[in-house]
Amino acid sequence: MAANTAELDFKTLWGGKESPFQTSYGKLMMWFFLVSDALTFSGLLVAYGFVRHNTQESWPIGEETFNSLPFLGHGYPLIYVALMTFILIVSSVTMVLAVEAGHRMDKKGVIQWMLATIIGGFFFLASQVWEWSHFIHGSQFGRIELMDGSEANVSGHFGELKNFTVLEGGTHHKKGDVITSDLMHTFQHAAKEGHIHEGGIIHLHDGSIAQVNKEHDHHLELIIKLINPDSKRNIGDKIEGKEAEKLYYASLYSGTPKVTYGAPWFEDGEHWLPTKNEYGPQQYAHFFFFITGFHGFHVFSGVLINILIFIGVIKGTYHKRGHYEMVEKTGLYWHFVDLVWVFVFTFFYLV
Amino acid sequence: MERDDLIEYSLDAHHSEEHGKELRKKIWKVTLLLTVITAIEVALGAYIKQSSGMWIYVKWTFIALTVLKAGYIIMVFMHLGDERPWMRNVILLPYAGFILYLIFIALTEALAVGDAWSGVGL
Repeated sequence: MAANTAELDFKTLWGGKESPFQTSYGKLMMWFFLVSDALTFSGLLVAYGFVRHNTQESWPIGEETFNSLPFLGHGYPLIYVALMTFILIVSSVTMVLAVEAGHRMDKKGVIQWMLATIIGGFFFLASQVWEWSHFIHGSQFGRIELMDGSEANVSGHFGELKNFTVLEGGTHHKKGDVITSDLMHTFQHAAKEGHIHEGGIIHLHDGSIAQVNKEHDHHLELIIKLINPDSKRNIGDKIEGKEAEKLYYASLYSGTPKVTYGAPWFEDGEHWLPTKNEYGPQQYAHFFFFITGFHGFHVFSGVLINILIFIGVIKGTYHKRGHYEMVEKTGLYWHFVDLVWVFVFTFFYLV
Repeated sequence: MERDDLIEYSLDAHHSEEHGKELRKKIWKVTLLLTVITAIEVALGAYIKQSSGMWIYVKWTFIALTVLKAGYIIMVFMHLGDERPWMRNVILLPYAGFILYLIFIALTEALAVGDAWSGVGL
């Protein structure tokens, strides 16, 4: 036996000196953490796939849902999210350039590229804030339930609200008053409760009745998303022009709640509204906000960690240490955030 | 104080100016590739309707392109391609095996649940 052990050397037996992976402890642990985090995200995305595959309702279509740009309105399918994706890819590139500079002990290069990465991270977060608020508020038309019981998403140019002229006074407004503030909010609130009637007569909260003065809508289009078994329509049917306008306003003026705006969270600050959402099944909104939110939280913490490491770089901590592995480790995390986004982009926005 | 019983792997990652130049070239190439792939995805998504007969192919193209993008990010940006083969395997194989199974089982179940629901008229 003794003879046998003597033949074994370091090449055969691991003596505790050389690591099998030839990598540092910190980097290996970062990889293990990323694998576990990847499992979490995969679990969420698979759960989303589960819900989507067993849902009978028609699922929101990417290029119809994600078609807005700030200031420019609708009609730009997927452009905004493409921009967000590009921002994240670029910030991933600047991060890998910071890591590369670190391998050459180029402190100035690391500072420059890490700063660019942090700025890119903030840009992405700001983009997401806009996107979220856009979806929470919804479009100006909302989703409408037609008189035959089918439901349609509406796109087009909503004619600007000019003012409300009070026809009958209430506790707050007097007859002849012209209301010019908070028009859209008041209009949508009344529409949701079925308080707008034939000819644009709006019943306000204080009991007064007013005439809505509004410019004409343009390019109105209804896309049928849900059908009543008795109706003659099919899911995906499109109704345009005068006919669309007629159907939309017939429902709006019907005196019953027929319209849903955005992804409502609380109604009147107390009632939970789990059933309705402008963009489709409510589960879609749950998953959309949870997964993009969880990813956004990762981006946010990634930016914070990057800032901490950035301070360390400026102070010269890593230069003194002789290597910039901390930059590499935070870089791994940052690339992972980009990696997750690649999948979120595909499964939420494209497929 | 230097310790000779520890290997400082963190120092192995250093490289020269010339090698750095090559690496940067590779990084920019991959950047261009990822951007082009994203642009193709957006164009396909915007112009081919989900109701068209082509959609099933587009969908699988999206998934293939996504995996391709993920591969470039992991192998080049995260340098996993430069690590030891067994480190690569330890990270990728258990994960891939588990997730492929999870996708398979969850989607099979989802379709069965969907069928059951439509059977009872929900």
